[in-house]
Amino acid sequence: MDLMQPRMIQRIVDEGIAQSDMTVVLTTARTMLGFALVGALCGIVSSIFSVLASQGFGADLRDTLFAKVHSLSFGNIDRFEMGQLITRLTNDVSQDEQLVGMMLRIMLRAPLLVIGSLTMAALSSPQLTPIFIVQIPFIIIILGWVINRAYPMFGDVQGRLDQLNTVMQENLAGVRVVKAFVRAQHEIERFGKTNAGLMEITVRAARIVAVAGPAMSIALNLGVVAAIWFGGLQLSAGNLTAGQIIAFVNYLTRTAWSLIFVSMLSTRVARAQASAERTSEILESLPQVQDKPDAQGNLMPRGQVAFDHVTFSYASDGRDPVLRNLSFVTGPGQVVAILGATGFGKSSLVHLIPRFYDSTEGHVVIDGIDVRDLDKKALRSHIGVVLQESVLFTGTIRDNIRYGRPDADNADVVAAAKAAKAHDFIVALPDGYDTLLGQRGVNVSGGQKQRIAIARALLIQPAVLILDDSTSSVDVDTEARIQENLDALMWEQGNNGPPLKACFIIAQRISTVLNANKILVLDEGCIAAEGTHDELMASSSLYREIYESQLGNGVQPNA
Amino acid sequence: MPEKQRESGKASRERARSDSGGPMGHLMRPKQRAKDAPGTVVRIWGYLKRQQRALIITAALVVVSSILSVLSPYLMGHAIDALLVDNDVRKLGWLALALLGVYLSTSVISWLQTYVMAAASQQAVTDIRNDLFTELQPLSLRFFDRRTHGELMSRLTNDVENVSSVLNSGVIQLISNSLSLIGVAAMMLILNVRLAIVTLVTVPLMVSLSRWIAKRTRSGFRRRQAYLGELNSIIEESISGQRVVKAYNREDTIANEFRTVNPKLRQASTRAQIFAGTLPPLTNLVNNTGLTIVAGAGGWMAIRGLASIGDIASFVQYARRFGWPLNCIASLYSSIQSAIAGAERVFEIIDEVPELMDQLEAEALDNIEGDVVFDDVCFSYEAGVPVLKHVDLHAKPGQTIALVGPTRAGKTTIVNLLTRFYDIDSGRILIDGINIRDLKLDDLRRKLGIVLQDTYLFADTVMENIRYGLLEASDSDVIAAATLAKGSASSWPSRGPSWPTRAFSYWMKRPAVSTHAPKKSFKRLCSA
Repeated sequence: MDLMQPRMIQRIVDEGIAQSDMTVVLTTARTMLGFALVGALCGIVSSIFSVLASQGFGADLRDTLFAKVHSLSFGNIDRFEMGQLITRLTNDVSQDEQLVGMMLRIMLRAPLLVIGSLTMAALSSPQLTPIFIVQIPFIIIILGWVINRAYPMFGDVQGRLDQLNTVMQENLAGVRVVKAFVRAQHEIERFGKTNAGLMEITVRAARIVAVAGPAMSIALNLGVVAAIWFGGLQLSAGNLTAGQIIAFVNYLTRTAWSLIFVSMLSTRVARAQASAERTSEILESLPQVQDKPDAQGNLMPRGQVAFDHVTFSYASDGRDPVLRNLSFVTGPGQVVAILGATGFGKSSLVHLIPRFYDSTEGHVVIDGIDVRDLDKKALRSHIGVVLQESVLFTGTIRDNIRYGRPDADNADVVAAAKAAKAHDFIVALPDGYDTLLGQRGVNVSGGQKQRIAIARALLIQPAVLILDDSTSSVDVDTEARIQENLDALMWEQGNNGPPLKACFIIAQRISTVLNANKILVLDEGCIAAEGTHDELMASSSLYREIYESQLGNGVQPNA
Repeated sequence: MPEKQRESGKASRERARSDSGGPMGHLMRPKQRAKDAPGTVVRIWGYLKRQQRALIITAALVVVSSILSVLSPYLMGHAIDALLVDNDVRKLGWLALALLGVYLSTSVISWLQTYVMAAASQQAVTDIRNDLFTELQPLSLRFFDRRTHGELMSRLTNDVENVSSVLNSGVIQLISNSLSLIGVAAMMLILNVRLAIVTLVTVPLMVSLSRWIAKRTRSGFRRRQAYLGELNSIIEESISGQRVVKAYNREDTIANEFRTVNPKLRQASTRAQIFAGTLPPLTNLVNNTGLTIVAGAGGWMAIRGLASIGDIASFVQYARRFGWPLNCIASLYSSIQSAIAGAERVFEIIDEVPELMDQLEAEALDNIEGDVVFDDVCFSYEAGVPVLKHVDLHAKPGQTIALVGPTRAGKTTIVNLLTRFYDIDSGRILIDGINIRDLKLDDLRRKLGIVLQDTYLFADTVMENIRYGLLEASDSDVIAAATLAKGSASSWPSRGPSWPTRAFSYWMKRPAVSTHAPKKSFKRLCSA
């Protein structure tokens, strides 16, 4: 509709005015009005649809990315820093979403207008068309150059945004550390530096993109001048009417505006391209730990866990292994304690059991089946893991305990809490099980957090329980009671679901491990000693050393 | 029965997140500030105003380019008249050259505008970010307990982003378009008063239309930013708790939670954008109507001899030159709404008053002897649930005091109060006879070496993490402290202190801190 306008004006000038014909003027004016209305209506409708499309796109992309991120393994996530992941899922998606919206609205309209204008111009004043043919390639080249230079810069912009996010996140998560060590000023400077870095690259990118508009304007306006000059010549020669020239210039200006608008978009395009690359990177990542197509799902684990010459390293090329050629076998019904120097090795060992990572060499075998042949979800549903840092989520205590089995009924929740010695303190709270916990469970004490986490693990009635230093904040007395409860669960025969078949405990405190069926002493990634407490006291100097340093001087531990 | 329970579980989590509730929520819900849109705009402008030189240069450039852009249709009109009336080809030639010059300079100047403005607007955005971060630091732990990390982070990124995109191009466009409008209107009036009045009739219509739509888009954008914050917090929490999510096979459940908020975001955003999106077509309509009026009335006047064809040609150009800036300003108005929505959320945090502040007369603390007294101290995290009841404690200098007791007896609380992470309800805490409320917070904390229960390490090397308490410490000091702390067996020197903590994967407990005294002993080491 917009395209018809200059033509209408041409008519008014040439026919109406030149021939002093008022009716022509009036009817043309009415037609113009009609066209304008139709044009507006279509514009609104197209705008609505483009918004629907772009928002839908954005929502779907976010959804897919989120699901994808959670399907990736620990190894993949380690590669992307947290700040990065958050930026990619929010900011980058917004960039692409906005671009889609704009492109639908304008990218369709602009080329149409341009092509339409050119056609109309050519139709009304064919003599002046050659001007266009010279201009167009110039314009395209300019646009292409700008976008090419700019988009890697925008990749950098997003990267710096990642860094900013990371600093912010660390300050939020580590707020107590920052305050305790009076590091606010240091953090502010750190943030300021990263912020300045972000600004610098954003400005540079913006300046490059700024070239596009003016450059294209020049190209187009040269055309206008040419039109006036050559058109003028033609006019005096009598080959063109004034109306035609006016129309031509009008179409040219219209084309100019459209193209300038497009060039303003080129910022967005460059930015969105960088963002699209980043989101694709996530979408295209393959989880490091994947199920085989024929993975076994039905498990009734008996609790026999074996490590067969397992070597494991966090680095993708296998250097600096934390576990070296580890082999051991534990039978069903055993409590296995893992002791050792502070450091990696112990946690890594138990991370291999639920396949949070896969071993670099060797096999982890459960009940005779290599874990690589098992379905991850099925495997994990039989393993209860209480991690070193208890992470609780926003929600009620009940929700947190029910985390692994949201449809568990209250009786089960209470039973699990009782086994973890958490029930008593929970009911002492004003809202009891319905008490709301803040993020990371900041309003319960360390010991309470750990016990809630243990209850959470127990609720899923796992066959294998892994406790990674999870009673460190619990006093010795309570810890002993929890262990009693665990022992009881182990020997429970077939009452409510599969009984606990095996238990791995990683501990710092030797009091924790005294009653274990088997103690593994790790040193430098290898098993230095293996056996019961008595056996080790007799045979391992390393074990004796640890024992002495913790409980020496004849102090008797709580039995 | 399980169905209902599950529902309430999810609902309570949503409530907790979106209300910034939590157990403190009912006590200290942030007051809904009166939405003051013009005030927010003024505040944003305040940041921009700091870049005075750049703004002045840009303004000057904009003025020049506006004048130039107003000249070109005038020149063109003259050129056409020259042809038709005088058939003067030479005059045409000169005018064409003049036109060329005008166009070239306009382009160069407009590039310069953006060049200068880019730095200014980004500096303003950077300042806003810095202020947000700086004002966040002194806020009390209660503030952070109440909010999720993701939600706060969203303000730093998503909300500031809104402001950024408007400042980048918005200011220039606003100034240049306004000037164009004025210039064009002036030219039109000079050329032909009657035609000018006819053209300007459309303006009031445009203005009221924009305002009506803008109000609706503003509330839509506010809602959008709020949902974005909520989504951000789900993302952050689930990713930082990744291990647990995987260990308990909660990937699907968490995806479902995401899917509850995501559509809400989409809906809010869609509504806001649709409203904003109606503006350009509508203003276009008003424009085109204006053009029609010009053409029609112009034709009538030309026939009556009241205007020349050249005049009409110019006027048609001017009408376009009038319409386009008006369009731009109208759509700018919409994006300004989104910037306001974002800025409001940022300023909300900046304006938050820290709960614990130094008294005006706070004393500086030089040397601590170590005499700590708790005098009839009572404290509760939440009203009605006392944690410390009339606690009396006296630690003399040189003494090592062990705090033992069952969980939730208040052990960590005593430490929290000593470091003034929270303030007590009644009683006094004295260090060397001085009430800690009379001391500067920073001084107090500097003198205390604390090892927290939940160790938190930054994504940096182990060396830097240990050095955190005393940035001037040398490498050998750091290693000495670490050796002191590591206990009997030794696996960590073999790794080397410059090993990046990331190499251990973000989540593992690192050796230097998991035994219980590195930073404390380190402080003893370096307190000379």
